[in-house]
Amino acid sequence: MSDIDIRAVVLEELSNIAPEVDMSTVNPSADLREELDIDSMDFLNFITAMDQRLGVNVPELDYPKLITLDGAVAYLQAKRSA
Amino acid sequence: MAEFRMPSLGADMEAGTLVEWMVKPGDEVKRGDIVAVVETQKGAIDIEVFETGRVEKILVDLDTKVPVGTPLAIIRTEGEAETGAAAPPSEAPAPPPAETVPATPAVAPKPAVVEAPPAGCGIRISPVARRLAQQRGLDINAIKGSGPGGAIVREDIERAAAGAPSPEKKRARGLDLDAMRTAIAAAMARSKREIPHYYLQHQIDVTRCSDWLADVNAAKPPAERLLMGALNVKAVALAARRFPAFNGFYNDARFEPSEAIHVGMAIAIRGGGLVAPALHDADKQPLGELMVDIRDLVARTRAGRMRGSEMSDPTITVSSLGERGVEALYAIIYPPQVAIVGFGKAVERPWVVNGEIVPRSVMTVTLAADHRVSDGHAGALFLAEIGELLEEPEKL
Repeated sequence: MSDIDIRAVVLEELSNIAPEVDMSTVNPSADLREELDIDSMDFLNFITAMDQRLGVNVPELDYPKLITLDGAVAYLQAKRSA
Repeated sequence: MAEFRMPSLGADMEAGTLVEWMVKPGDEVKRGDIVAVVETQKGAIDIEVFETGRVEKILVDLDTKVPVGTPLAIIRTEGEAETGAAAPPSEAPAPPPAETVPATPAVAPKPAVVEAPPAGCGIRISPVARRLAQQRGLDINAIKGSGPGGAIVREDIERAAAGAPSPEKKRARGLDLDAMRTAIAAAMARSKREIPHYYLQHQIDVTRCSDWLADVNAAKPPAERLLMGALNVKAVALAARRFPAFNGFYNDARFEPSEAIHVGMAIAIRGGGLVAPALHDADKQPLGELMVDIRDLVARTRAGRMRGSEMSDPTITVSSLGERGVEALYAIIYPPQVAIVGFGKAVERPWVVNGEIVPRSVMTVTLAADHRVSDGHAGALFLAEIGELLEEPEKL
């Protein structure tokens, strides 16, 4: 799966959480919690979706690595490639 | 026979608009089934039936606004014999005059249920949605439902007919944020006008609790992980069991403690607004099950899929703003409840432990309580109990 594919999955799941946000306007290096106004429940749902769709079980200690769009894509790609 | 009535979904609700029937005459229903959707200021609420039996007669047409308590349908309960003609029970009052919402003023109100039994089974769809789909020549197999349990509802048909985007791209169903603000304003103004609040705050060392939570979650897949909010709810529920003066309702100048502990959980709505639906019997649920219920409740609430019982049943409320950086929040009691507990952000603080200053994670818990029912002394004990419970999370 390419970076583009992973980014598409990430954006789709974020869009499910914040449906009113135009994902094309999201700053890829900004903190998603502030950019999308998401809380811990939203973030847990996002992490759960990544586990179910990409097979990447993100431990809580690694949550900070997924706090930006670019960071999330890079982390998920690295884990899938490992 | 039993009457299915317009429920009261909050202290300030006087009327609701019936916007969808999920059943038709002859359908079997069981207690807890969602049978109708009612539009209120808090949004479109899925209404459960509290009888098991068969729908005998629909009494109120769609898009009709009726007062709380109005009979909406007649249910033939289990064991009752067929009597032929469907009629309301003799003691039942006639439905009061209804106010028809003038959405389509030139057209008479539609019959509640008129369509033939569905030709195909396997797809959950409300009767009115099925009829609309037939009228408009839409294939229901190609329509994704946004109703209870994925059922196709009228809104889905109208959206499909209009070629509108899927519901995921729209704001949550039925959540009118302006109307919600009006409802919040009414409830909070009444609370501040009628309830003599007193406020207390208590600081809790949650270091051990946070460590315990991290250890538990490290062994779980994401779908089974716990959030601190679940521990907070459980601790409040258990403390309320020991201190019943904070769990119940104040009505007609007297306090009615509640045997059941249904914790209302304040949930922020995207774009503004706030709802606090109930987590039923929160004191009795293991943490894992409570967390499952919280996830479900938050998802449904933000999607505008609350249930009537969740709106009417909270006996005490929990609110948290810790994730937004707030260290202490002083909440307003939701009448007719008598207490609300607030949780702030856990912050690192110098803390004295065994005579030494050490860094600890400290969280401020607040209580707003009704002075007509309890005093600060009892409130302090209640808060201390919550703190002790959170310091021993394995016992929750």
